[in-house]
Amino acid sequence: MKWYFSDSAPIYAQLIRQIKVGIVTGAFPPGERLPSVRDLATEAGVNPNTMQRAFAELERDGLVYSQRTAGRFVTEDRAMIEQTKKGLAECHIKQFLESMDQLGFQRDEVISLLWQETGKEGITDGGSGM
Amino acid sequence: MAVLECKNLTKQYGHVTALEDVSFSIEPGRIVGLLGPNGSGKTTLIKLANGLLTPTSGELTICNAAPGKETHAIVSYLPERTSIPLWMTATQLLDFYQDFYKDFRRDAAEEMLAHLNIPAKQRIKQMSKGTREKVQLIVTMSRAAQLYLLDEPIGGVDPATRDYILSTIIGNYNPEAAVVISTHLISDVEKVLDEVIFINQGHVVLQSSVDEIREEKGMSVDALFREVFKC
Repeated sequence: MKWYFSDSAPIYAQLIRQIKVGIVTGAFPPGERLPSVRDLATEAGVNPNTMQRAFAELERDGLVYSQRTAGRFVTEDRAMIEQTKKGLAECHIKQFLESMDQLGFQRDEVISLLWQETGKEGITDGGSGM
Repeated sequence: MAVLECKNLTKQYGHVTALEDVSFSIEPGRIVGLLGPNGSGKTTLIKLANGLLTPTSGELTICNAAPGKETHAIVSYLPERTSIPLWMTATQLLDFYQDFYKDFRRDAAEEMLAHLNIPAKQRIKQMSKGTREKVQLIVTMSRAAQLYLLDEPIGGVDPATRDYILSTIIGNYNPEAAVVISTHLISDVEKVLDEVIFINQGHVVLQSSVDEIREEKGMSVDALFREVFKC
């Protein structure tokens, strides 16, 4: 898995998000055992305590669970994984809408631009004109 | 128990004050960045921790002991300048370290030398500056110490080696040991650190965790450093 980090957000929060993406996309499949904190920290190039903190939060949310001796596993609860996927999508959409607001687009313009971009018919007639 | 503790530590060189009334402590399992501009007192602090300098006043302890013979056995120190004997080959240096330090893990050192394609039979004198630094870092990190004091470990090496060195530090992580990294290449080390100590003109101006800084200030440690130490 490739890890990316931005400058502004806390590192543990960025780790949580990327592990969630890994779970949602199946890079870490449901019920599967996760690599050790140390291995993942080395791979991501982050402090092991920070990685540990990310997992502690994911565990609290129930997305991963520990078994005393066997290690840490991804949840088998597919509904929860689906919920996480939706949550991540909402995050992206919120960010996207914020950026569009910043550029001065109205909601209906945004929607018609989206239609255009995805190659479908615009819902308003003036889809191309602004 | 703190691995490294300073209480009202002051060091003067004649009339010049290098450190003034410095107090902080570093707990086991932490990787700490000692960050400050040139001449801020980073190296003085590390030399005090190694007993190479003695405090003018105040105290510095390692696992509750003053720097000395006992602490040398549990502190692994990487000086800012290459200090390994140049006439030795890499293998001879490993022999030397093995004789000298009970906690030296020879297999770990050999593995790292091989990984970086450093010929064991080559004399250190014949190696480039960057390679010498790598060799010295390898022997430093190959000790199972309680405290690692790394003075500018990544200053002289290329970015790829930098990554390797940092992953070596993470890979050697031991919850019982603490690592202190002094550097001004902050953006490179930021993700590896638990906490940072900002030091300026001999004073500690900030001790905080990396994520606390990012959470509270909404900026990276590197950005904060540039703001705090703006010239």
